[in-house]
Formats: sequence, structure tokens, C-alpha cells
Amino acid sequence: MSFFKKIFSSEKKETLDKGLEKSKTTFLGKLSKAVAGKSKVDEDVLDNLEEILVSSDVGVNTTLKIIERIEVRVSKDKYLGTSELNEILREEIAGLLSETNSGEATDFSVPSNIKPYVIMVVGVNGVGKTTTIGKLAHQFKNNGKSVILGAADTFRAAAIDQLQIWADRTGVPLVKQNMGSDPASVAFDTLESAVKQNSDIVIIDTAGRLHNKVNLMNELTKVKRVMQKVVPDAPHEVLLVLDGSTGQNAFEQAKQFTAATEVTALAVTKLDGTAKGGVVIGISDQFKIPVKYIGVGEGLEDLQVFNKFEFVDSFFK
Amino acid sequence: MFDNLNEKLDKALHILKGHGSITEVNVAETLKEVRRALLDADVNFKIAKEFTNSVKEKALGQNVLTTLQPGQLMVKLVKDELTQLMGGDAEGINLSGNPSVILMSGLQGSGKTTFSGKLANYLKTKKTKKPLLVACDVYRPAAINQLHVVGEQIGVEVYSEVENKNPVQIAQNAIIHAKQNGFNVVIIDTAGRLAVDEAMMKEIANIHKAIQPQETLFVVDAMTGQDAVNTAKAFNDKLNFDGVILTKLDGDTRGGAAISIKSVVNKPIKFIGTGEKMEAIDVFYPSRMADRILGMGDVISLVERAQEQYDEEEARKLQKKIAKNQFGFDDFLTQIQQVKKMGNMKDLIGMIPGAGKALKDIDIEEDSFKHIEAIIHSMTPEERSQPTIINANRKKRIGKGSGTSVQQVNQLLKQFEQMSKMMKMMQGGGGKKMMQMMGKMR
Repeated sequence: MSFFKKIFSSEKKETLDKGLEKSKTTFLGKLSKAVAGKSKVDEDVLDNLEEILVSSDVGVNTTLKIIERIEVRVSKDKYLGTSELNEILREEIAGLLSETNSGEATDFSVPSNIKPYVIMVVGVNGVGKTTTIGKLAHQFKNNGKSVILGAADTFRAAAIDQLQIWADRTGVPLVKQNMGSDPASVAFDTLESAVKQNSDIVIIDTAGRLHNKVNLMNELTKVKRVMQKVVPDAPHEVLLVLDGSTGQNAFEQAKQFTAATEVTALAVTKLDGTAKGGVVIGISDQFKIPVKYIGVGEGLEDLQVFNKFEFVDSFFK
Repeated sequence: MFDNLNEKLDKALHILKGHGSITEVNVAETLKEVRRALLDADVNFKIAKEFTNSVKEKALGQNVLTTLQPGQLMVKLVKDELTQLMGGDAEGINLSGNPSVILMSGLQGSGKTTFSGKLANYLKTKKTKKPLLVACDVYRPAAINQLHVVGEQIGVEVYSEVENKNPVQIAQNAIIHAKQNGFNVVIIDTAGRLAVDEAMMKEIANIHKAIQPQETLFVVDAMTGQDAVNTAKAFNDKLNFDGVILTKLDGDTRGGAAISIKSVVNKPIKFIGTGEKMEAIDVFYPSRMADRILGMGDVISLVERAQEQYDEEEARKLQKKIAKNQFGFDDFLTQIQQVKKMGNMKDLIGMIPGAGKALKDIDIEEDSFKHIEAIIHSMTPEERSQPTIINANRKKRIGKGSGTSVQQVNQLLKQFEQMSKMMKMMQGGGGKKMMQMMGKMR
């Protein structure tokens, strides 16, 4: 763990641990109960495992996949105890996450050869897009980058005000128009102003939209297209924000937002609650989109770079 | 689940159309699929398990002798049970106080502020009330502004105290303000909070205690996963809320959280949110929600229609005949006519989710049973009751008489034989066998 101590300040680490503590105790608690007094993995244990995984929103498909893998390993090595099972589970889950490049990023940095680096933030209503942007801006700024925000959520009541407050808190400029104006036009203005000011990073907020609303999804495609008039290869990153307490519908969200905007990264929010965040495993596995950030609170510092080892360790430590 | 179910129904339809053959009827398999459907819809793991077990027990005594397959009847049973579970007495909102105080609660991003606006608009336009909206979210940036914008949109006054960081005081002051200014409903919007945040949970409990609302509502995102159980329970323990609001149902989530929450706290789901517009509020229909959670579309209507057309008396007679090995072509004809009463084939197929689209380009004969009926009509009464006497010569005659070929006659005879065997199997200790099959299901 010394590796992580170098990267995360101990304070940060505590926040994640605190956030994941709940999941840790229930998950491990159930698991040790399942294997207590048993010298090998039997049907009961696998049944319990199924319950634990499904109850953590991992999803039936991914759960079956994990269980199948474990069964294969158990058939090879018949006498497995609690500690081996823990180890196998940890490996299998990390394995699913590592099939994408989840957790490769180790800090809040962006490629330095792209300027401005444009991040477009998308997601359904109420997942925490604006809050995530505020926290991201704070981290980038702390890393010595110049950041500019674009308030392209021109639809939801007071969304612009909300982002303005975050901009003031973090001390980064915000480009905005009036509520109800064209979001593509706001994005265009933001990029122009970023080019003029020679900013390092642009973060564009967009209105929450349910992924099954065709017109609203088309609007996102348009915002993306209009940006390219200023910066031809923008956006360099499309960040889909998912609510950690969302169930299997998150899969559909990932699918539809990817279809409309080619999502390149995921942020999972609200992991400081009782929600287990199992959705991360399933989506990362199925869509091969890396999980980049996790939200663990409402404060400026409560955003962390997702790291699969730390994530899995927090479950099994 | 979906594809699987379609496949099964396709098979069933093939039988009706006189193509293909009946496969083993397996209710256990259906229940397994139902459980999977529930899990995919985010119904809590334990609740899904308990639910399918209880349905199984209820189903065992049921007579499955209809024109449809037992598996499909199971789906209908499941749906009825779900509807009952989510239903109960539909209660409106308690507006007995003067002013009536409504307290909103829930997690971050569940849609409390938007729903507060919708509810105010609903009470104003549909119930001729004079509502006051109260901004008690003193934490999230611009939350107060958001409520003001919403209030402006619908022409409802919003009470807020920008400098005051004490939501208990704000709520109390708002009620005084309402009394003085003739507002008869007070809707209090609060900050989103996690159930594990003890300080925040204590805060809302304090608000609740201080203002004694007539109605406390728990707002929950319909897309919530397995955690819905924990959250609902934690909020209910603290607030003993009166009803649940399910938001964002205009998405494509199956919304299994509705079942989980209802099972855990046993409080009615009072309203649903179906869009971002202020008018997008609707009362909750358990039956529609059950359809949605099962994701089986009109399969259920199909079964319902079949049940309507299903003559109990006729069925009992048929059962006896099968038991005595007397099921003949006349009975088969009666069965076909029952199916036909349900509507034409095109309509029936169209009701099956997915199938309508898949079969769009295939021309379905207006009367797919025409040939079968013609063949049967060309049989003598003796042949109909004792199909075994139909030899090569008789086949030739029947083929000629019905304008079909010997091959087609053969095909029908073969299908009929298989069907009789099947029915006998279900009949002869069918209950026991069915139970064995179900026993295999965990």
C-alpha cells in the first residue's frame, strides 16, 4: 500500500475508507459467514456469493460471470478456505476491471500535449454532474492548470447559478449565457474564450437528460459537433457521470450516452452512502469504458481518481 | 429474459398455427426467468426470492388447462401478485390541516425540488389550493434559487431565508408566514441526504418533530438499485413517512425499486414523476408498474384474454376426456375455436413484445387454422374420436376432401398425437410431476 500512500494524502485515503467502510463490513461480514466452518467452497457458499454480488448491484450477468470463473478455479483446486476465496474473489473482480484500462490514471492530470483539453460532462438528471465538475476544477487548479468552465446546462432551474458558485469557490472563470439559451452556443463561446485565454482545460457542463429521450440526446451530439468548429478534435474526453446508487439501468445509460457522444470515461458518484457501487464492475466489464473518478462526498476534496486495486482492497481488507 | 420469453411464445404460437411441436412444459424454468426478470429490474435480491417462492406455492394448485402454456399462466399469476403487493389502498394526499404541511425527504438528486414544484402546481390547478413552497436546502449551491425559478414558472410563492442556515427555523417561520397570508398548503423542500449521514438524518428528524407535517413524503429515483431497501428503511425509521414518490419514470428503467420499497416499509406509492415539465406528475398505477417491472408487455393481456375466453365448464369436460384417453379431433376443433375467439393471429402476435416487429415482414395468413379445420371437417365422426383408425386410404380421402395433401394430413395427425401425449402426461399425476419440476427450482 505504500504506493498509494505516496499518491493519496492520508487524509484522502481516510475519506475513501470512510465512504467504503459500510460496503466493506457488510460484504466481508456476509462472506465470512458464508464460509465460516467450511473447509471448501460448496454450493451454499456460491449461493451466498451470488446474493452478495447481486445485492451489490453487480448485475446478474456479471455475477454469473464471476461465479463461473470461481467455479472453474475451485474445480481445479478443491480445498479452498476463507482466505483463498477472498483472494480469488479479489482477483476476479480486479480482473474484470482490468480488462478495460480502469485505474490507469493515478492523479488528476490530462495529456499535456493537448491544449485546451476539452472535457464534456454528460449524464442523466440528478447524478451529480455539476458537483463533480466543481470538484474536478478544484483538483486541476491545484495541479497548476488553468481551467475554464462552460455552463451549457441552460435548462434546469438555477443550474447556471449552481455552477457559478462552484466557479467562485474554486476561483476559475465560467462562461455562461441566460437560462434557456442554446447549449451548443455556450459550449462554442467557452471554447473560443479558452483558446483566447490559452487555458489548459475546459470543462463543459450539460443538462441532465434521460438517455431514452432522442431529441435531447441529439442535442448532445450537436453540442459536440459545434465544439469542433473551434477545436477540431474536441471534446477530448466525454465523461459520463453515473449515480452509484443506480441499479441495472446504468447499463442502458452507458449504452445510450456512448451511442450519442462516444463516452470515454466514467465517474461514479455518491459512493459514500450505503450503495455498494457494484455497478462499476459490470459497466466497466461490459462496455470497456474506464472508470476514472469516484465521488465520495459533497466537499471540494471529495472526488478521487478511481483505482481498481484500492477499490477492490477496500472491499476485502 | 426478453428474448427467451419471446422464443418460448413463438414456440407456443407455432403449435397454434399447426407447425412445430410442443416442447416440455416447464414451470420451474418460467419461475427462474421471472426471478431473473425481477433482479434485472433491480428488485432486491431477498425480496425477489421470497416473492417467487410465494408465487410458486400459490401456483401449485392452479389448473393449467388452457389454450395457453402453463408458463404463460405463471407470468400472469406473477403479475397479479406484484400488482397486489404494490397496490393496497390507494390513498391521496392528506390535506386536512390548515395549513396542511407536506415535508419532502430523500437522497441527493432524487428529484425533490422538481417534484415539490410539480406537487404545488398540481394542488394549485387540480385541487384549487393555495400552496407555499419552502426552501430548506441550505447546503447545495443554488438550491434555493432553483426553487425560486420553479416557483416563478408555476406562479407559486416561495419562502426562503437566504442568510439563515437553520432549516428547522426556516420551516417553522414559513408555517407562520403561511398562516398569516392565507396559504392552505405548505410544501417543504429539504436538502438531499444520505441515510448514513447521521447529522443530516438527525436534522430532518428535527424538522419533522418541530413542524409535525400532515404528510411526509419520501422521494426516490426509480432507477435506484439494490440499495433502495436500505435507504427507504433508514428514512422510514427516522421519519415514519406517509408515502413514496417515484421519480424519473419517463426513463426506461424497469423500476423494481418500487417493489423493494413497498415490501420493506409498506407505505403507499402516491405519485410518480414522468418528465421535467411541471405537469409531468401522475398517480401510481400498480398494474402498469407490474407490467413494466416484468418487462413482458402485452403477454399479460394475451393471457388475460385467453382467460376471459376460457370456458370453465368446457374445460372440466375436456379434462375428463383426456383422463379417459378420449380426447379427439372434435375437442381439438373446440380448442382452436377458443383460440380464434381471442382475436386474429396478427393481433395476437402483435401483442407479444418484440414479436410484432420481428414478424412485420412475414405475411401471416388471416386464418392460420383454415387448413387444420378443413382437414378435421373432412373426417368422419368416427375418425375424429378415434384417430388411430385413420389409415392410408382414409388419409387420401381426407386430403382430397379438404383440398390439402396427404403430407399435410400426416403432419396434423403427428402433431395431434404429440399433443395428446403431452396432455396425458400433465393429466396423469400432472400435479405431482409439476411439483417435482418446481422442486428443482431454488
